[in-house]
Amino acid sequence: MPAVSKGDGMRGLAVFISDIRNCKSKEAEIKRINKELANIRSKFKGDKALDGYSKKKYVCKLLFIFLLGHDIDFGHMEAVNLLSSNKYTEKQIGYLFISVLVNSNSDLIRLINNAIKNDLSSRNPVSMNLALHCIANVGSKEMAEAFAAEIPRILVAGNTVDSVKQSAALCLLRLNRTSPDLIPMGEWTARVVHLLNDQHLGVVTAAVSLITTLAQKSPDDFKTSISLAVARLSRIVTSAAIDLQDYTYYFVAAPWLSVKLLRLLQCYPPPEDAGLRSRLTECLVTILNKAQEPPKSKKVQHSNAKNAVLFEAIALIIHHDSEPTLLVRACNQLGQFLQHRETNLRYLALESMCTLASSEFSHEAVKTHIETVINALKTERDVSVRQRAVDLLYSMCDRSNAKQIVAEMLSYLENADYSIREEIVLKVAIQAEKYAVDYTWYVDTILNLIRVAGDYVSEEVWYRVIQIVINRDDVQGYAAKTVFETLQAPACHENLVKVGGYILGEFGNLIAGDSRSSPLVQFNLLHSKFHLCSVPTRALLLSAYIKFINLFPEVKPTIQEVLRSDSQLRNADVELQQRAVEYLRLSCIASTDILATVLEEMPPFPERESSILAKLKKKKGSSAKLPDIDETRRQVNGSTEHSANNGTANTSPPLLLEDLLPTSRPRPYSSSPILLSASTMGSAHSFTADMLNLTSTPAAAAAAAVGGGGGGLLVDVFSENSTSPSVDVSEDHLERFVCKNNGILYENQLLQIGLKSEYRQNLGRMYLFYGNKTSIQFLSFTSSVTNNTSQSQLIVQAKPVDPMIEGGAQVQQTLNIECVSEFTDAPELTIIFRYGGNPQHIAVKLPVMLNKFFQPTEMTSQDYFQRWKQLGAPQQEVQKIFKAKYPMDSDATKAKIIGFGVALLDGVDPNPANFVGAGVVHTKTSQVGCLLRLEPNTQAQMYRLTLRTSREPVSHTLLELLCEQF
Amino acid sequence: LKTMRFMLLFSRQGKLRLQKWYTATAERDKKKMVRDLMQIVLARKPKMCSFLEWRDLKIVYKRYASLYFCCAVEEQDNELITLEVIHRFVELLDKYFGSVCELDIIFNFEKAYFILDEFLMGGEIQDTSKKSVLKAIEQSDLLQEVSCIQY
Repeated sequence: MPAVSKGDGMRGLAVFISDIRNCKSKEAEIKRINKELANIRSKFKGDKALDGYSKKKYVCKLLFIFLLGHDIDFGHMEAVNLLSSNKYTEKQIGYLFISVLVNSNSDLIRLINNAIKNDLSSRNPVSMNLALHCIANVGSKEMAEAFAAEIPRILVAGNTVDSVKQSAALCLLRLNRTSPDLIPMGEWTARVVHLLNDQHLGVVTAAVSLITTLAQKSPDDFKTSISLAVARLSRIVTSAAIDLQDYTYYFVAAPWLSVKLLRLLQCYPPPEDAGLRSRLTECLVTILNKAQEPPKSKKVQHSNAKNAVLFEAIALIIHHDSEPTLLVRACNQLGQFLQHRETNLRYLALESMCTLASSEFSHEAVKTHIETVINALKTERDVSVRQRAVDLLYSMCDRSNAKQIVAEMLSYLENADYSIREEIVLKVAIQAEKYAVDYTWYVDTILNLIRVAGDYVSEEVWYRVIQIVINRDDVQGYAAKTVFETLQAPACHENLVKVGGYILGEFGNLIAGDSRSSPLVQFNLLHSKFHLCSVPTRALLLSAYIKFINLFPEVKPTIQEVLRSDSQLRNADVELQQRAVEYLRLSCIASTDILATVLEEMPPFPERESSILAKLKKKKGSSAKLPDIDETRRQVNGSTEHSANNGTANTSPPLLLEDLLPTSRPRPYSSSPILLSASTMGSAHSFTADMLNLTSTPAAAAAAAVGGGGGGLLVDVFSENSTSPSVDVSEDHLERFVCKNNGILYENQLLQIGLKSEYRQNLGRMYLFYGNKTSIQFLSFTSSVTNNTSQSQLIVQAKPVDPMIEGGAQVQQTLNIECVSEFTDAPELTIIFRYGGNPQHIAVKLPVMLNKFFQPTEMTSQDYFQRWKQLGAPQQEVQKIFKAKYPMDSDATKAKIIGFGVALLDGVDPNPANFVGAGVVHTKTSQVGCLLRLEPNTQAQMYRLTLRTSREPVSHTLLELLCEQF
Repeated sequence: LKTMRFMLLFSRQGKLRLQKWYTATAERDKKKMVRDLMQIVLARKPKMCSFLEWRDLKIVYKRYASLYFCCAVEEQDNELITLEVIHRFVELLDKYFGSVCELDIIFNFEKAYFILDEFLMGGEIQDTSKKSVLKAIEQSDLLQEVSCIQY
């Protein structure tokens, strides 16, 4: 035990911690903890009122146990009691416990809010600070609602002491993050800006953080902060004489404040006022100059703090992207860091240069460092640094150096860490395409890529090479020849076989003139790989074979022989068998003309965004660093544009993606029947669907070729861009979910919502699966649950979902549900997103009904009738006679009753045609037993349903739910 | 919006000593994140750089004696200043406990939380002055001896 124990140590706590540390095993620890929990519980439950100290000690022990990773389900009330203690330490521990352990849905929130309110109005700075900290730590919506109006008042009040101002500023910042709409803008904002002039640097630091957050939300309201920030920065940076005392950190003047001021300025474009602008430039130049001065200390803290400011200054220079000299100076500075002995600096220099590379002013300057960066790729020992080097090479790539960079990346790929191989593959593939002057180089590069790192070549990459070859007839012959040569290697990666099969199937004729690659040789080469391949590849090869039959009538008998063999016609895999059968038939009965039509060369693919680029973006998420200068500039310099969509300043990447995507473009070539058939089969991944038509079942392809209809689904989706937002709450589906927990909750042309749920006693968990049926991302996707019933009946807590759903992708959301007491109204799910620029709004009732909280109860006939009698009071029984809506099938009825949640009791009712069931509805506050009896009358096609429960409203609710089911 | 998402202190043996979350996170997710992250950081070699990309976050970490201090910040955040946030926090602990060691943090975990709260709030630095922060802590220590707040 350490000797230090400032303040009043809690001896009992120290002893307990020692005990835990002395535990030899996990079991021993759990045993000791359980003992302690039992002890604390008995103390809390005991008759003797605990004094404040003991309460504090036990609450602190509980906190310790929780932080060890164990669940704590009591003690909250005692912690709340501590909040109103007049002893500081007790209050402090109470607040700490609340901050760590209380979730926003707790019943205690009202009590907590009360205690906070008292402390906020106490005028005692220490209490006020504790209360503000608690609000910031919990940061829930309820707290925001309660205090969002009060905190700005405290912040700008003349008599508030500095430390409270600091807390209030940051507390407001936190609430603004969680509930931006609850923070009232108003007269106080102007006064907050003036805190930048405050005497106290601590207040200024906290204020800058707050202003930056608010300025991102509404830049216009905080424009006046620009001049104040520049003035403040200038005083810190340029006046050497100033003594900031305690705010000087290892000889660097107020590094945190400087970084924050520079960050604030990045919310705005360069100042328009010339004087202000030159003053800012002077600051930036000074910061760059200081980097060249000898260090004032050898401590790493000194250089870190100094360089933190420098990197932030460079970020601002890049953000403004308007001063060529500054940009080039920044680049040179980073160039020095590229060879620094500190790994951290090398890492940051590579990272920062990445963004510099996208400025037209500094792109050339960045390129001069190519050898250093390539060297970093080869020699850095830390994979995260190498990763940065890859990123930078990718960013600095253009037509002039593409061949060198692609070659270097390919050679690095052979020994690259597994963790970054896939990304490198994507990057190489993109560069090869983007900067290809002649497409033979492109084809060579991709085939090389597959050879070197075949396992990491995703579908997108080989789809793309095929797309390009099909769309460019100048490269088809070369591609066929190269792929044929590459396939000669005894061991080929399967991806190569796929590319080979596809390309030779389409363009094998272009090299068939040479006797070394005659049709039969081509076929034998492909078929020699056949048996080593997986089912999808074999399926693709079979399609290539049938294409061969069309291209080269002379090999028809050989191929028919292969198709006819048992290993094809009787293949265990249905897909392969079907293909073999159908292709064989097709080759036998179809005339040459028909064969030529059905197996015609693939039409060109519509030019769309490269699937690889989309994949890379997805992989990198919002931080995708794109090669194109203009695109990236928009991202870097676009803060003024984002301000338009209020409060979502961080959505710049989605905006950017949107620009890249031809959102509303209809698919010009999709009139091809084969393409259409593929689209209908896989509208979820429409993009790959075109590519995959070879692997789609031939029957469907043939059907579409004949009929041509029924394939318009995807086209419809694309043209239906102006779907007007519909906000009718859909609830017809609710009935379907009364007796089941899983299924499709909602579906329209764009979106499908799947549902899975599970319930145990009064708790439930629901998983919602949002599937994007289109090929375009959904942006700003939010889904929230509104509860029409009060929190005292039902609590539904939704986890946040990712704001972007890629085309064809599915994301999952989890809802936690707690039934507090009986309820009738189902909660409502609201989904808002943008699709191709159009806002979409969907509202659906969630199937959370009272019967979900049933636990089945098995009982004997005797028990049943005894209870039935006990529940004999007139208001306890409800009954309804109704007409059957569905066929009166006994098994279906049984399944529904079980699905409803009760136990189905056999042999209880003397009439075997009747159904009886029993269960208990669990709510947090009570348990309600329920008996039910359903009497079918098949002749009249009627039912009589009788329910008895101990609570009248429950009887009614359950009756209404169940009688719609039969 | 740029902010610190969480801060973790853990030992070389992979024992979590302090955790502070600045955005609402479910307990289950917390546990998983802590486990994943500890594994990654503990596997890194001494001379490697202090930053790494992890999920959509950036991890900034530094080892002091037997303890790893580990912050998760957002992509655009300033890594070096975050490194110094860690250092300043270590200095504060050091000053308060008098050459701090892991045991101090284990036995006085509540104090470690109070110091951190005094220094960072909502993931943002509250006061960078060592004096101001320590003054606030000492004041509260004083208060616990006086043990009475005047209303």
